[in-house]
Amino acid sequence: MTTAWTPDQPIVSIKDVHKSFGPIEVLKGVSLDVRKGEVICIIGPSGSGKSTLLRCINALVPINQGSIKVEGQEVHDPALDKLELRKKVGMVFQSYNLFPHKTALENVMMAPVHVLKRPKEEVEAQARRLIKKVRLEGKEDAYPGELSGGQQQRVAIARSLAMNPDIMLFDEVTAALDPETVKEVLVTIRELAEEGMTCVLVTHEMGFAREIGDHIYFTDRGIIVEHGPPATFFTSASDPRTRAFLSQIL
Amino acid sequence: MEGLWDFLRSLHDAYGINLVHFYDTFERGRLLRGMWTTVQLAATCVLLSVLIGIIGAWLQGSRFKILKAFVQGYIQFFRNTPPLVQMYFFYFALGPQMPRVENEFGIAQPILGSFAWAVISLSFFAGAFNIEIFRSGVEAVQKSTVEAAESLGFNRWQIYRYVVLPLAVRVCLPALNNNLVNLIKTTTQAYAIAVPETLYIASQIWSDRINVFEMMVTLLTFYLILVGIFVWLMTRLERSLRVPGFGQ
Amino acid sequence: MSTPASNPILIQPVPAPAQGESGFLASAFTPRALGIALGMVACLALAGEAWAQLTVGGERPGILATLWKWTPLILLGPPREFGGFALNILVSFLAMAIGTVSGLALGLGLISKFAPVRSVSWAITQFFRNSPWLVLLFFVMLLTPFQMRIGGVTIPFPAWFKATIGLALPIMANIAEIVRGAVNSIPTGQWESAESLAFSRLQTLWRIILPQCVKRMIPPWMNWYAILTMATPLISIVGVNDAMTLTQDALASEQRTELLMPMYGMLLLFFFVYCYPIARWTIRLERKYAVRN
Repeated sequence: MTTAWTPDQPIVSIKDVHKSFGPIEVLKGVSLDVRKGEVICIIGPSGSGKSTLLRCINALVPINQGSIKVEGQEVHDPALDKLELRKKVGMVFQSYNLFPHKTALENVMMAPVHVLKRPKEEVEAQARRLIKKVRLEGKEDAYPGELSGGQQQRVAIARSLAMNPDIMLFDEVTAALDPETVKEVLVTIRELAEEGMTCVLVTHEMGFAREIGDHIYFTDRGIIVEHGPPATFFTSASDPRTRAFLSQIL
Repeated sequence: MEGLWDFLRSLHDAYGINLVHFYDTFERGRLLRGMWTTVQLAATCVLLSVLIGIIGAWLQGSRFKILKAFVQGYIQFFRNTPPLVQMYFFYFALGPQMPRVENEFGIAQPILGSFAWAVISLSFFAGAFNIEIFRSGVEAVQKSTVEAAESLGFNRWQIYRYVVLPLAVRVCLPALNNNLVNLIKTTTQAYAIAVPETLYIASQIWSDRINVFEMMVTLLTFYLILVGIFVWLMTRLERSLRVPGFGQ
Repeated sequence: MSTPASNPILIQPVPAPAQGESGFLASAFTPRALGIALGMVACLALAGEAWAQLTVGGERPGILATLWKWTPLILLGPPREFGGFALNILVSFLAMAIGTVSGLALGLGLISKFAPVRSVSWAITQFFRNSPWLVLLFFVMLLTPFQMRIGGVTIPFPAWFKATIGLALPIMANIAEIVRGAVNSIPTGQWESAESLAFSRLQTLWRIILPQCVKRMIPPWMNWYAILTMATPLISIVGVNDAMTLTQDALASEQRTELLMPMYGMLLLFFFVYCYPIARWTIRLERKYAVRN
């Protein structure tokens, strides 16, 4: 079932995915493709299944039906090597979820050292570079409890990048931040996108989505209502639900 | 030192305060050995019971229902029966079923002595409490933190070892401290199966020397100091584990 | 010298197993746990039975018959004498009653406005909380007289009564801590509003503060009762005819090694059957009061 994947094929390929939590069906047949280097933004009202979709891509939650392939590998396959998948896919959460008992530097170093078993010195050098990259130089030895939300979120991004992923998933990463710190996180993501990182973002920041997104998807009640490049999506959305949503937000 | 012993001896002659267990070399020797046995007994039980707690709490997160039920049965049984009867059960009922080995004089003796049985029974007793203490700590760890570790490719054991346990330990240290203090006090029960620990030796001394009151005061002081030292160590541990911005 | 003051845990050694499984724990689990316990004893009895058949042949009475023969003695003590498991329970009731009343007084001493009373109460509490129970038991057994003359009347102190006092002492200290913790948990606004209504300090305590404390004190109080009950076999060490002593007497008169496990197992079971429901009930009350607060 797995044919050799080549970079010209979609790096993430989602086909007719259904997912229920008990009696509630949160995904009702979602399909979308992500190509290498693309930035995909998923927008939509809360509870429309956006976050669940991201979690499915990372195999954090199993799906009931359909197929999700990452670099040609079926995520839904019970024989899947989850470690291989998670090396390829990095994820950043709304609530940062840093390990509170480790410093910023240790947070970034933990997975490469313990999961990938890479040599410590090499990982530390990389971690310091990444912390510099997210503009947190000098905060290496701070504990998460001593950092602001925006700073914690940037550490979380560095932590995911330390695994050298091919794709980054961002789950409403600015939703828990106060307005002043939103910008610093968005700057970091924009830089990543400009470097050619494949990104899938679930976001409420319409302006940002419009600016950096290559493709916008609008979900509502478990289905993709409409999608298109930002230029057309934001100006000439055809579906009334999309228009209603956009008029509320913008 | 000699001066002190002479002073204590004079207390006996002048006021009848009999501190023979300090100034008499033989009594002092056996009392010190008894205290050392208590320290060894307590330290071994503390380590073993904490180990039982850590492993048990991990098993409780297992997917196998039978395993979980087994751990649950163990906890409930050991929590709701008297520790003294548990100790008798181990020593008098299980002990004789164990194989015997020949000692250096060619005499067959049980493979486990009373000290070993005291360690086993006290560790299982305190371990049952420790499992629940660790489990409450594990449950206090945020699900989202675990999810983040999962998304970074940690497997179940790595998540427990590097994320859940370090956080849980910090949460449950006060409760653990209390249970272990309780355990240290309960080591006196080993008296009942003739482990030569402090209480056992003290009772021998007060029978030989008829100085029950002085011995009692010494005994209680010893345990207060022992518990005090342990609490001090635990407080230091707690302080060294404290993470800025976490807990409180 | 003391465990840290901020430890409601000594009052309550283990947090209730949380999780949303209250229904599971309260209903389905109780019979299952009891089943496990009964099963264990039955297994021990059967194993002993098989062992007996193999080693000595069938001429002696079976294990279960022997257990049954000794059950009345172990539960109720020798004829026309009080003892056995019933004595364990009696001692637990009395020690709890004495410990509760004296602990209440000591606890009020801990929150006294008068500093010397506070320090003395604190010292007493810490001393009895941190001393091993068995040592305290020896202390009382060996250092109190076996009788006392008041006027012309001689009041005897039987061993079981002295043992009860010995067990009541640590209970007193721990109840005092519970009282202190509960009183401190009442918001100061209650004190202030009572004062503004011209209540005296004692009146405020008695009519306003303590009634509010009762609910939060009940679960830890019950917990200490269970701990106390499980400590009662200690009195066998100082020569009281409790269930433990009688079990050993029975074993000594039988002289059969295959009886060891079933007999001790049966004694464990008696305590389990008595203490387990108390533990469950305590957890239920804890949850109930936790929701209200």
